[in-house]
Amino acid sequence: MIQQYANPARFNRLAATLMPWFAWPAGVLIAVGLYFALFNSPPDYQQGDTVRIMYVHVPSAWMALFVYTSMAISSAVGLIWKHPLAHLSAQAAAPIGACFTFVCLLTGSLWGKPMWGTWWVWDARLTSVLILFFLYLGFMALQNAFDDPARGERSAAILAIIGFINVPIIKFSVDWWNTLHQPASVVKISGPAIHSSMLIPLFVMGVGFTLYFCALLLLRMKTLMLARRARGMSMAQLHQQASE
Amino acid sequence: MTRKRRRLNFIILGLLTLGVAAALVLTALEDKIVFFYSPTDIVTKKQIPTNQQVRVGGLVKEGTWKKPTNDLTHRFTVTDLRHNIPISYKGIIPDIFREGQGVVVLGKLQADGNFQADEVLAKHDEKYMPPEVAEALKKSGKWKQTEDAK
Repeated sequence: MIQQYANPARFNRLAATLMPWFAWPAGVLIAVGLYFALFNSPPDYQQGDTVRIMYVHVPSAWMALFVYTSMAISSAVGLIWKHPLAHLSAQAAAPIGACFTFVCLLTGSLWGKPMWGTWWVWDARLTSVLILFFLYLGFMALQNAFDDPARGERSAAILAIIGFINVPIIKFSVDWWNTLHQPASVVKISGPAIHSSMLIPLFVMGVGFTLYFCALLLLRMKTLMLARRARGMSMAQLHQQASE
Repeated sequence: MTRKRRRLNFIILGLLTLGVAAALVLTALEDKIVFFYSPTDIVTKKQIPTNQQVRVGGLVKEGTWKKPTNDLTHRFTVTDLRHNIPISYKGIIPDIFREGQGVVVLGKLQADGNFQADEVLAKHDEKYMPPEVAEALKKSGKWKQTEDAK
């Protein structure tokens, strides 16, 4: 069943159908979420208005991990079952994930200066997220490091799978070691430690970011496919000219 | 076994091996990865040298914070509720620094047991709430000081 979407025309039709269902709700949810985050949610009892950075920082961090996980899964599917779209989806996801990770690091740094008193420390959480950012960059670099795109895809896929070890390390770093970064507030056994007036806008942003990623992923996959076809056509033309 | 099956097994086995290797390395390096020591670590682990910079983390003990007078030096005690370390620090402290707050202090342990700090960072906890809720919790007596003092 899944194999039939390997056909580019079929995939394009499916992507065109799904796109508005991701893009529009993403735009609306992020707009509503930002309105609540910036204007219509209470300041924190300790952090004051600085807490509003969290509404961008935390969903970005979730997406950084989620996109990497999706990239590792597509890479594994590409290596094992050789589904033609799997490597393409990993390739399309990598820059998006790298951007989410960068936003996460940047907003965290901006929050850290007024709250902790420092822009950056080398604790386990911050360092492992920085490694995640480098894994994204390494994945993109490795993919383009070979003349034969198929070899680049395979090498990058192996890197993505190996790097997946880092994902649980990031999540549990705050529990396993002493860190400056606070422990988990939302996803933890005893339930969220965030008041509902802040948790709801946070979730709205989280869902908005996820849908935004889905829309962007479809768009990038379509573009990559077109670029590949254009390359194929110009190669064929060159061959034709050479044989004439 | 088909080739797909073989590739799948190979990847699963590879990931498991890597996972175990990573776990072993991280466990072995635990002392290097921790960002700070607790006062108990400092008191009980004697190998921490007095001339080397280390980080101590814990709560600022209630009633111990003496604001600077003439010498611009903050004095307070960091505790993990078992052991205490007296700290002196000349500099600007973060906004959310207060008694009962988690902090991480970088500095050198002096021979007399005092800790001379070069940097004081505030450690924020995982609780987020509006000021009114915090106020109400304090009034109803449900306010718990469960800040991470590991």
